[in-house]
Amino acid sequence: MRRIGIDVGGTNTDAVLIEEGNVVRAVKAPTSEDVTTGILDSLKSLGSTGVLQGKKIDGVMIGTTHFINAVVQRRSLTKVAALRLGMPASASLPPFCDWPEDLAALVRGGVWMVEGGHEYDGRLFMPLDEAAVTKAAGEMKAAGLKSVGISAIFSPLDPGHERRAAELVSKIIPDAVITCSSDLGRIGLLERENAGLLNAALADLARDTIAAFEKAIADSGIAAPLFITQNDGTVAEAAQARRLPVYSFASGATNSMRGAAYLSGLSDAMVIDVGGTTTDVGQLKHGFPREANSVVKVGGVRTLFRMPDLLSIGLGGGSHVQLDPLKVGPVSVGYRLLKEGIAFGGRQLTTTDIAVAAGVLELGDRKKVAHLDAATCKKVFAEAARMAEEAIDRMKTEAGDVPLIAVGGGAFLIPEKLPGVSKVIHVEHGDCANAVGAAIAQVSGECDQIFKDLSRAEALSAAQGIANDRAVAAGAARASLATIESEDMPLAYLPGNSVRVRVRVVGDVAAG
Amino acid sequence: MKRELSLDDIESLAVGAWILGTGGGGNPYLPLLNMRLLYRQGHRVHLIDSNELADDALVGTVAGMGAPLIGQERLNDSLTLARAVTLMERHLGRKFDALMSMEIGGSNGIRPFMAAAHLDLPVVDSDTMGRAYPELQMTSVAVGDLSGYPVSLVDVRGFESVVHKVPSWKWAERVARKVCTEYGSTAATCQPPRTGAEVKEWGIHGTTTKAIAIGAAVREAQRKHTDPVAAILSVEPGKLLYKGKVIDVARRTTEGFLRGVVRFDGLDEYRGSAFTINFQNEWIVGSRDDQPVVMTPDLICVLDSVTGEAVGSETIRYGQRVTVIALPPTKIFLSPKGLQHVGPRAFGYDLDFRSVFSA
Repeated sequence: MRRIGIDVGGTNTDAVLIEEGNVVRAVKAPTSEDVTTGILDSLKSLGSTGVLQGKKIDGVMIGTTHFINAVVQRRSLTKVAALRLGMPASASLPPFCDWPEDLAALVRGGVWMVEGGHEYDGRLFMPLDEAAVTKAAGEMKAAGLKSVGISAIFSPLDPGHERRAAELVSKIIPDAVITCSSDLGRIGLLERENAGLLNAALADLARDTIAAFEKAIADSGIAAPLFITQNDGTVAEAAQARRLPVYSFASGATNSMRGAAYLSGLSDAMVIDVGGTTTDVGQLKHGFPREANSVVKVGGVRTLFRMPDLLSIGLGGGSHVQLDPLKVGPVSVGYRLLKEGIAFGGRQLTTTDIAVAAGVLELGDRKKVAHLDAATCKKVFAEAARMAEEAIDRMKTEAGDVPLIAVGGGAFLIPEKLPGVSKVIHVEHGDCANAVGAAIAQVSGECDQIFKDLSRAEALSAAQGIANDRAVAAGAARASLATIESEDMPLAYLPGNSVRVRVRVVGDVAAG
Repeated sequence: MKRELSLDDIESLAVGAWILGTGGGGNPYLPLLNMRLLYRQGHRVHLIDSNELADDALVGTVAGMGAPLIGQERLNDSLTLARAVTLMERHLGRKFDALMSMEIGGSNGIRPFMAAAHLDLPVVDSDTMGRAYPELQMTSVAVGDLSGYPVSLVDVRGFESVVHKVPSWKWAERVARKVCTEYGSTAATCQPPRTGAEVKEWGIHGTTTKAIAIGAAVREAQRKHTDPVAAILSVEPGKLLYKGKVIDVARRTTEGFLRGVVRFDGLDEYRGSAFTINFQNEWIVGSRDDQPVVMTPDLICVLDSVTGEAVGSETIRYGQRVTVIALPPTKIFLSPKGLQHVGPRAFGYDLDFRSVFSA
């Protein structure tokens, strides 16, 4: 297996080549305004080292914040027709009802609500009003809308009505790009519908971005399929990422934790990722980040995305240092470190200057920081360690000592010994852990559904089957599938033996 | 005195009602969203004190019934709640003078206002639980032996049912629950009507105002980045019991209820001390180092340590960092009869009730 992983960060675009499980080469290029130039530059820089010469690359895996930035910055969004199947229920809370007004004004092309949907046990809530769907499609067409988000009550249990409505809309608008909310899983109509509408709003951008990524790869002379990394640390084939761009919203932190797991060989550990401005602390379980359980807002819109549970603190390689009274962070010089840090001729004392003075880092001009004595450096390092220790303790979910993997460009701030930590592991290429995480990403499938009158074991096994099929459909090799999460939740106030089961499986990208 | 609630009051009510839900009652986010839209459309709601009611006034008690999860797909609809009220009026042949809440804790703390917005009726600043509880007989009006029927139940598709007569509150719960299940496990209900005199004698008073005050304190602390838990304790005579993180959640359903145990590991000054809470939809008994220290009817509130907002038993998960506080219950539940309805034995725990506030 030979793959290139690319992480497009705020400052740098990192690229790594991994061959048979080893990091062969890691390079950095400045992130460009248009994103793709930075990717092309990093690929060229990797190529110029000669490591790609005459070799077949199995995949280029890119982690990007392009899609989430479009939503946050309200740009490149497509107008969307929202079609909800569930009348007469939920009429008082129509699609877009909880969106920030500025974003809704950009995206809301029209709202149609018709009869349809299911009950929690699979019974029909209302028969699908096909005539009303066809009429709505005609109005969408007249309004010039081509991007459509369809949602239905309890569609994660039975996507039949959404699929039928999509067929009917396609008959009227043959070139419609349709997102069905059931493709985005998870129970919670408003949040699932929101995710579907955001996805539909990204339709044009996703098509153009993926095409630009493919062109950047081709222009660099590499012949390899493109994969895009997703929020949960897995990848999707380019075709699927083009269809479901919302799944690729926030992959940076996840990639970095997955990279840490890979570089250290540990699958259960705490990870501390020290960047220039902030430090993220998270926990690896079975090689994947533990997920946050709260509703995740994207650009002010409530969604149910899978995002890692992270604690961020204002500590990094560019953090301002104040000596009397002692204070480290949260303000940082960020990407201006090479201009503003004292070791680089600037005037702002930073944690990097302290590391240079102490001889921990060989950067800039050590003479410029000669006035910082050993005792001062020790005090600053101790303060950084105290901040890290507190964050780690807050994120730990067990009482005993746990191993800690330190990655990121500012990992030098993490000492070899910390209370509550069995050992601190610094890894080679730890500053490119996010690109490594992208390169090694697998493919996942998920099932979140209510099962009735099955034993717990039967329900779990049924959910597992569905999750497996979805992973294979997303490009995984069936033989490599493993379950990484399995959760069952008995439901209150429902008759019989109702249980909601959520299972997530991952597997390697299928060859060919 | 009759007063109009501002949308800001209702935002605070949602945060406070979720805290008074003591783990259950359903997150009030969707009812709140309905209220935001109703206010945008020009509707307004008004709060009155129970002592403003004439003794022979008629008060309708509004509540949603069913599984919170169903409510996340079949979203709360304000007109359907109003229909439950008008169905009861048709059944009684008499109009209501005001509405009130059955259960201030969780979603039901806001639902009477959703109906009131359409019906132009004031809402009484009283409820019948002072918190959330899982069953209809766990109310102050049931402790007071007031009638447990009739109950009206409607469904958004047009179904209308009335439980006309039953021999006891337990039967009202059983029969109404059956109807609710057939509707798809969600129903808008109007509970047995009350006279002004009954509300004054058996209502738990000032609970909407209390929920608004708690919510306002939390929201102000969030804005100012101060400690939201301390803010709650500054407006309520509560007790801080524990700070920690969730290390295990075990759940099972029996007889349609979500039961289970959450185990916590201490943080800060509680480091090294273990805490567990047993729940049946709501938090029922809390134990520190295996000794029961707090139990129903004392209100056990599990709060997110950072935001101060409530954490519910359906969504609490491994790794969450929480603070546990207790708030005092209504005196109605502290009598021997009250404890029969809602004390630890009513939930199957062989414990004599001891309040954290009596020590």
